Formats: sequence, C-alpha cells, structure tokens
Amino acid sequence: MITFAPKFGGLKFYQKMLKENVFRNLLTIAIVGMSFTAFAAPADPQTGDATKAVDTKDEVTAFIDHHLADSHYYSFYADAEAGEHYGLPLPIILWDNGLKVFSSARFHHGEELVEMDGNYYRLYHSKIYKTDAEGTITYGEKGYPSNERPLDFSLTKNVVTMILVSILMLILFSSLAKSYKKGPLPTGFGRVLEPLVLYVRDEIAKPNIGKNYRKYMGFLLTVFFFIWILNLLGMTPLGVNVTGNIAVTFALALVTFFITQFSANKDYWKHIFWMPGLPIPMKIILAPIEVLGMFTKPFALMIRLFANMTAGHVMVMSLLGLIFVYQNWIAGPAFFGFTLFISIIELLVAFLQAYIFTLLSALYIGMATEEHSDHHPADNEDIPVI
Amino acid sequence: MQEVLNLDLIGAGLIIIGAGFGLGKIGSAAMEGIARQPEAAGKIQTAMIIIAALLEGVAFAALFAV
Repeated sequence: MITFAPKFGGLKFYQKMLKENVFRNLLTIAIVGMSFTAFAAPADPQTGDATKAVDTKDEVTAFIDHHLADSHYYSFYADAEAGEHYGLPLPIILWDNGLKVFSSARFHHGEELVEMDGNYYRLYHSKIYKTDAEGTITYGEKGYPSNERPLDFSLTKNVVTMILVSILMLILFSSLAKSYKKGPLPTGFGRVLEPLVLYVRDEIAKPNIGKNYRKYMGFLLTVFFFIWILNLLGMTPLGVNVTGNIAVTFALALVTFFITQFSANKDYWKHIFWMPGLPIPMKIILAPIEVLGMFTKPFALMIRLFANMTAGHVMVMSLLGLIFVYQNWIAGPAFFGFTLFISIIELLVAFLQAYIFTLLSALYIGMATEEHSDHHPADNEDIPVI
Repeated sequence: MQEVLNLDLIGAGLIIIGAGFGLGKIGSAAMEGIARQPEAAGKIQTAMIIIAALLEGVAFAALFAV
C-alpha cells in the first residue's frame, strides 16, 4: 500500500510515519488502558467498603516495608492466602564460635527454628537471633528483642545485588579499556561509557582536585557508576533497594572519609586544629567546630543519599498503592498518571544523587589535598586592612 | 500526641515550607542570572541543580527524623 501511495512528499511521509509509529502507539494505548482495570480484589459487599479500604492500606504499608527492607530470601511472588512463597532462598552465613552456613529455606520465612551444632536460630523481623529450643524471644526494655545475635555475614538480597553490579561494572569497563588498544575510538558499549567517563574527569575531578586528579579518578568513577546503577535498579520491579539501606551509604561515605583523611596534607590538618591568621582564643574555639565539621560532611553524604532514595521509593509505592485503595474508574488512571510522573522524576534523582555524591567527594578530596598558594598572615603579623 | 494537634505533622509541614522557600529563592536567583547573561545559562543551571539537590537532602533527612 505504501509503494502505491501518491508520491507527494507530505502524504508519503505521513504514511511512513504512521506505519513506523503504529506499534509504539498501540503499546502506549495498551499500557494506559490496563490502568483502568487495576483492581487488587473485588470489593467485599458484606463487610462494606470502609473496612476493606483499611485492610488494603495495611497491606500496602506492609508491602512498602517489605520492599524497603533487606531480606534473606529473594521472593518473586508471595500468595498470602495460600501461604506460598515463590523465590530464591539465599545462603545464610553466621559466625557463632564457628562458621555456620545453611540455606534460608530452612527458616520457612520465620516459622521454623534452625538447629545447628546445638544452637537454635530464629528469623524474627529479618534478623537472626539465637534462642533456646522453643524459640522464645525475650524482650528487653523499649520492646526490642534482647536475645543474643550471632554475627551475620549472610548473602542477603542487597549483598547479592551489589556483587552482581560490581561484576557488571567490571565487565563493562574492562571492555572499554581493552577497546582502546585497537584505536582511539572505543567500540561497543564503551561508546556509551566514554562520554560519561570524560564528563566525570573534566567536570568533577579536574576542577575540584587539581593537578593530581588521576590518583582519585578510580574512586570517583567507581562511586559514580556504582551509585547510579544501584539507584536505577531500585526503580525496577526487581525489589532490590540497595542505596536506600543506610548501611550501604554509610560504607560509601566511610570510604570517602578515609580517602580524604589519608590523603590530606599538612595544610589541611593545620587549618582544622590551628587555623592560621586568627587570634589564639578564636583558634581554640574553632578547633572543635572544625573537627565536628570533619565528621559532619561524610555524615551528610550518607544521609542525603539514603533519605533521597528511600523517600522516592516510598512516594512511588504509596501512589501505586493508592490505586488499590481507591478502586474506581477515575482514581485508577489518575494515580497511574501521578505514579508515572513521579517515577520519571525519580529517574532524574537517581542520576542526580550519584552526581552529587561524586561531586562532593571530589570537593572534599580537593579541599584536603590542595596546596595553598595564598599567604595567611603569620600569627605575629596583623591582618591587613585594606 | 493528641488526636487533634499532631505536632509531628506540623513539624513536617514547617520543614516543607522551609524547603519550598529555599528552592524558590534558588530558582529566582538562577532565573535572574540567566536573564542577565544568557550565554552562561548552562553553568547557572548546573549550579542550581547542585544546590537544589543539597537542599533536598537536608529536607528529606529532617523529614525522616520527624
């Protein structure tokens, strides 16, 4: 039909465009149309709509909590009525005067005790406690369990995701590096990565660190792509929320902290403890404030990434859950539209948080390693008044 | 707290007011800068995004504490 079309430029172009975009248009209509049928379960006519809405809200809250938390079992699908879980049991590695390795399937999602070498372990609210033969959990003050806990080195969902992302990054970037042997232009997926690497070098590393930026490029590139890929993976339905886990962001901020402290030169320490160019009482007052500032900066890095990611996930999932709480023909598509909008913003936030973390790390490293060319008045000179 | 006067939510509201006010000031300064010098628009935009992200970090962290 297209070949017999009249050869006016406009009409042929329109028909060509229609033929190319028809698949995309159908897909869009199908996805948006599905939002009209987003009901979790039919409304129960006996108990009335009010109680059903409350139950759904609790279910949505429980779902969100389960998504945000780490878990020893990678569940794909859980059928709450039949009590069946389908997923991948991850290995549990404990250190309790000896290495104990077993599969998390033996816990049966917190219902059964695992007995190993005379010790009984129980999974309670995603944490492993050491109990007696009946599995009693004794509560201390404030209602938290006070059982003893073995050291938990298990491969949980977050750990497995981080290992997989590291392997992925290793494969991608080593292929980029190897492609430089053949010529100045990279081939394959390296063509996507090269502008990003150059962006990190020219916009983040060089302006902030100065002339010996090459020493820190490895760290900056790793942190940038690691956080970006993990943030993006948190947006997928895979159910992994790695950067929304404060332990992960704490570890990343700790690495930044160690790098700044161990590569700091004498000027940096002098400026913290004995700021030159000030009268002595001011120096003594300023020293604790500067020491506090030394710790606050990585702490803020940790909190910023954690809070942004977790808040974003909670927002998206709450909006999505609202579709199931208000089950009618108008709220479904409206909340679907909101969720789509917020998800798109979250994609931007994923990149932005990785960029901010890397930028601030480069800034702190730069502040620690810069050589001062300006002249502070020595302590016995007067501050020049111009 | 009591049913009627939930201080937690009022605190969260104050945080959001602070964040909104700060972001508005950042945005207005960025707009003025771009209006004065359109060729520096890229750099001003980058700086605006960075400061917005820092402010969002503070706002979210405070919201979490509440």
